[in-house]
Amino acid sequence: MSEILEKEFITDSVFRMRVEAPEIARKRKAGQFIILRTCDEGERIPLTIADASVKEGWIELVVQVVGKTTKSLSELDAGESICDLVGPLGRPTHIELYGSVVVVGGGIGIAPSHPIAQALRAAGNRVISILGGRTKDLVIMEEKMRATSDEILITTDDGSYGMKGLVTDALQALIDKGEKIDLVVAIGPPIMMKFVSLLTKKYDIPTLVSLNTIMVDGTGMCGACRVTVGDETKFVCVDGPEFDGHKVDFDEMMKRLRMYELHEKESMDRYASS
Amino acid sequence: MEEKKLTPKERLKIPSQVMPEQDPRERIHNVDEVPYGYDEELARTEAMRCLQCKKAPCVKGCPVEIDIPGFIQSILDGNYRASINTIKLTNILPAVCGRVCPQEEQCQMTCVVGKSLKDVAKAVQIGKLERFAADWEMAQGETEMPEVKSPTEKRVAIVGSGPAGLTVAADVRREGHEVTIFEALHKPGGVLIYGIPEFRLPKQIVMREVENLEKMGVELKTNMVIGKVYTIDELFEEGFDAVFVGTGAGLPLFMHIPGENLNGVYSANEYLTRANLMQAYSFPETDTPIARTKNVAVFGGGNVAMDSARTALRLGAENVYLVYRRSRAEMPARVEEVEHAVEEGVQLHLLQNPVRIIGDENGWVKAIECIKMELGEPDDSGRRRPVPIKNSEFMIDVDTCIVAIGNASNPLVPNTTPDIATNKWGNIVTDSETLKTSKKGVFAGGDIVLGAATVILAMGQGRKAAVAINEYLASGVW
Ligand SMILES: Cc1cc2nc3c(=O)[nH]c(=O)nc-3n(C[C@H](O)[C@H](O)[C@H](O)COP(=O)(O)OP(=O)(O)OC[C@H]3O[C@@H](n4cnc5c(N)ncnc54)[C@H](O)[C@@H]3O)c2cc1C
Ligand code: FES
Repeated sequence: MSEILEKEFITDSVFRMRVEAPEIARKRKAGQFIILRTCDEGERIPLTIADASVKEGWIELVVQVVGKTTKSLSELDAGESICDLVGPLGRPTHIELYGSVVVVGGGIGIAPSHPIAQALRAAGNRVISILGGRTKDLVIMEEKMRATSDEILITTDDGSYGMKGLVTDALQALIDKGEKIDLVVAIGPPIMMKFVSLLTKKYDIPTLVSLNTIMVDGTGMCGACRVTVGDETKFVCVDGPEFDGHKVDFDEMMKRLRMYELHEKESMDRYASS
Repeated sequence: MEEKKLTPKERLKIPSQVMPEQDPRERIHNVDEVPYGYDEELARTEAMRCLQCKKAPCVKGCPVEIDIPGFIQSILDGNYRASINTIKLTNILPAVCGRVCPQEEQCQMTCVVGKSLKDVAKAVQIGKLERFAADWEMAQGETEMPEVKSPTEKRVAIVGSGPAGLTVAADVRREGHEVTIFEALHKPGGVLIYGIPEFRLPKQIVMREVENLEKMGVELKTNMVIGKVYTIDELFEEGFDAVFVGTGAGLPLFMHIPGENLNGVYSANEYLTRANLMQAYSFPETDTPIARTKNVAVFGGGNVAMDSARTALRLGAENVYLVYRRSRAEMPARVEEVEHAVEEGVQLHLLQNPVRIIGDENGWVKAIECIKMELGEPDDSGRRRPVPIKNSEFMIDVDTCIVAIGNASNPLVPNTTPDIATNKWGNIVTDSETLKTSKKGVFAGGDIVLGAATVILAMGQGRKAAVAINEYLASGVW
């Protein structure tokens, strides 16, 4: 059992949750995730660690309500507990001095890109962050990202904030401006990571993406999380979650993410009507 | 007692007692256990068949050398308490082993009754009698707890709570050492919980064994992936004096054929974990989904393949095809599992091998292409090697595939502890008697050492490791 210390909605459907987890906080590194289960009948879902404090013994998760598990998690309040929490899982981001790094965070993907931007900056990199969302409210954590970036660009699909367009438009603009880019790290919806990777491939800019596949155990035991990277099958939970974006088969991954679409809807409808 | 007067000849005339079972047509609609177990009368009649051989070749056939004639005699005497206590001297999980051991390749294979009747199937049903004694004890309520010696102030960490880890925990705890089990999943038991289905091994039995360990004072920490939250070195820093690694063979092998990442293709581990550990068979009352499909192909011929095929039936599949590249005689599964699967309607596709999985426009499986095989010369394993027959390809329409061709060793601990030596298959290398690894204070056993093996072999290694750990902690000599 892990106690919830704080919960706060940051948009209508996105909330931030601080959970007591001293052992995970002590060990976690940028890029790693946890798996949780809210209750005994619950599903195991992976969530990236957005922040942590070793001193205070907590980790922070930023979660978008998309299905039954995230919905029921969002209904828990400080003082209540999560039945199971395991981590830190996955390999940490490989941090070194690359030079100039563009961190692209799309929607909820901004949360996991924050610790990575922080670590990259601490290693001496110049960090340019591009934050994108459909509309102004969905561009989360702007202040925190600003604090860990040398430069920040914001895009919204509807133009309600920052530049109107997609994160790839902002990235293209940077490239066109002649900005020297040594690495791009892209975290967000698969379709965004796909188009960022397609763009950077044209310019031969190394690109890391962080994949959020379906998972069960998170220890390499089941293979639910498998993706094709180059001509190999990889398990995201133990070989990833970060991979070379130029080699990931995003189309296959997006199809796999839809495997339980009907079940998810059934589960959600049932929950909503209860 | 009149039984005692029976001559060996008379004993050989008693037919082997059949265990009553759920009707196959009924049982594919539920997940309840298939065989009901012997009642007292059946058990004692079966026990009468034992010749009480002086040399007892059955005992040598048992990896943990249970005193088989001894426990069978106690059943015959009606002294069930004595019977179960005899078994428990060397086997802490009799209710499990009675149900899942490959007896026909172990104790029952060497049984003189079976040999005399020239049919291993007619051997004394040692496994069923073992189950009877264990179930009898469970039905009494409280189990007798082994004595725990006074505290030694030494601490042992056990990584993984499968049969290997549970055995070590019991034997080391008895010596008075403090024992903590670290388990990656949210429930203890290893394959016994996440892999082997309820209809073959009720989970309540496993949970009860774990509770008994906790009553002995063993501490259990679930949701702890060693190598991640603590490395082995950090466990020593935390004050543990010895570590046992029993992390199992949890790395599913795939076939590397086209189409294996299509939707609807599962590893057996995933399929069984969803169904058992996550209780997907109760979806939507529980939250974890599993494909509810009609035509399922399972690839493989072992226990894991049988469990997957029979689970698919219980999830509502109309056709379950078990595709295996050799013939039925070579199947590594327990004979009883193959029989049960066939009775329930699993269709055996023998001497066939999948070469390609074909998907529809949405990325879902719609068919498999197989090739026919014939048996050639024996290979390293002594089994005849299957060879494809040219131009014999054909298609089967399916909407789910389950790959059950085996598991390799879980690499998480070795990867994060480079000073633990492994062999070319990724198994941890140990001394065969002491189960010591190349790293001081670290022992290993079970599937992580043997490769995917059996419950009883994992327990056998656990017992040896426990003896060595107790010695090491007493002497301090590595
Ligand atoms: C579906 C199936 C059916 C089978 N049927 C039979 C049968 O009928 N008869 C038979 O004798 N055998 C059978 N087997 C084989 C048998 O289950 C195994 O040989 C046995 O369970 C091995 O025991 P173990 O303790 O070595 O490992 P496991 O039972 O695999 O347990 C290992 C445990 O370690 C945990 N773990 C792994 N990594 C870590 C880590 N880094 N940190 C913490 N914990 C970790 C795992 O989560 C797991 O709980 C079957 C196997 C399967 C998969
Ligand atoms: S989630 Fe099971 S192997 Fe990755």
